[in-house]
Amino acid sequence: MAQSSQTKKRKGILGALVLVAGAIGLFWSLVVAPPDAYQGNVQRIMYLHLPSILTAYLSYFLVFVGSALYLWKREKRDDLLAHSAAEIGVLFTALTIIEGSIWGRPTWGVWWTWDARLTLTAILLLIYVGYLMLRSLIEDENRAASAAAVLGIIGFLDIPLIHMSVYWWRTLHQPPSILRPDKVPWENVHPSMLTALAISFAGFLLLYFYLLSLRYRLGEMREEIKARRLERGT
Amino acid sequence: MALLRETYLLLWKDLLLELRRRDSLLTMFFFGTLLLFVFHFSFDPAPEKVAAMAPALLWLAFLFTGTLGLAQLFHSERENHCLDALLLSPLDRGALFLAKSCFNLVLMVVVEIVVIPLFWILFNLSSWNLLPQLFLVTLLGTIGFCVLGTITSAITLRARARELLLPLVLFPLMIPVILATIRCMENVLRTGEFGDAIPWLRLLIGFDVIFLTVGVLIFDWVIES
Repeated sequence: MAQSSQTKKRKGILGALVLVAGAIGLFWSLVVAPPDAYQGNVQRIMYLHLPSILTAYLSYFLVFVGSALYLWKREKRDDLLAHSAAEIGVLFTALTIIEGSIWGRPTWGVWWTWDARLTLTAILLLIYVGYLMLRSLIEDENRAASAAAVLGIIGFLDIPLIHMSVYWWRTLHQPPSILRPDKVPWENVHPSMLTALAISFAGFLLLYFYLLSLRYRLGEMREEIKARRLERGT
Repeated sequence: MALLRETYLLLWKDLLLELRRRDSLLTMFFFGTLLLFVFHFSFDPAPEKVAAMAPALLWLAFLFTGTLGLAQLFHSERENHCLDALLLSPLDRGALFLAKSCFNLVLMVVVEIVVIPLFWILFNLSSWNLLPQLFLVTLLGTIGFCVLGTITSAITLRARARELLLPLVLFPLMIPVILATIRCMENVLRTGEFGDAIPWLRLLIGFDVIFLTVGVLIFDWVIES
């Protein structure tokens, strides 16, 4: 019991930190950082956009690690880690695409364009939505865990290949268009913009681990309920 | 060596079954031909545009027919618990993976050998001299498809609605192969040689080698009794 109240306390502290970092990050990116010289205020969405895709990548790396550990050691907690990370990764990838669209419409004039980076992000979303569907469609839990772990590994190994192919597709085949989000003029960035980005990123990381711990705990609780039901023979 | 021998025996078993029943081969073949007709009706392309569209249309046809084959891949094993018997025998699971991949490869290559010339006939293309290069690209792409397809087919084996789930899981992972084969074939049709498409060819070979190795190593865990 003491253990559980201690983890509860830790989780509360983490939640409070998320709120504080979020508030400071929002203040810095909305008030302190100057508007972009060319894009104006629309550019401020970058403070959410970049951290959310970076945390999504972190998520997919954790899916890979959890999957590999699960196949190796067969421990339920590794599978639970992979599953939780995949769910939150899908959430953050979807958020990234939505934020990108909101930014793209006033800046590029279109909601969507087949730029390499956009395409890669959309494919990642499809792969990990497939991962979650695979899990939900297999009844037997151990089988679902092994199947998902295999997909978590081959999906992650495929990312560099997909990355290469969509970049070649867009650079070898078509001349670079005006719509190039990879041309950020880093050398001219205002220092307070970088600070805002750094705070936002820290806030996103905290939020990510907070959500991950909640999701992980939820999975643990489901296991406990199942175990108790088995004990009582109902 | 034992691995190759086991692969050969398993592949022979599947081929023999297929020769007796011809379920997969016939359905895949007719579906592939049917798709060519559907494409022709829906695009009704001008002759000069056909060459530009040929790679994409052909690969769509191969993806769909290949998926039909994959959906049936472990079908014979599900009857009478044959899969359990296979897993109980002292076989290397890697051999099972290689045999199933090769089996689907054989089916798809047979279909492709008929469908590609048929496409040239139906769409009145004249560049017959380029077919060997196109076959080479198609073969490399098909190897990648079968290798990754066998893994995904095996992990979706025990899922509900597995025929629907299989392409959902497989197609996003196949993007490098789809892009590489179509770009290669386009380049060959346009210029008559691989030329600029050599990096794509390397990517294809890399894909095949990576997932062939991963498949042999990981199949122990992919398929469980």
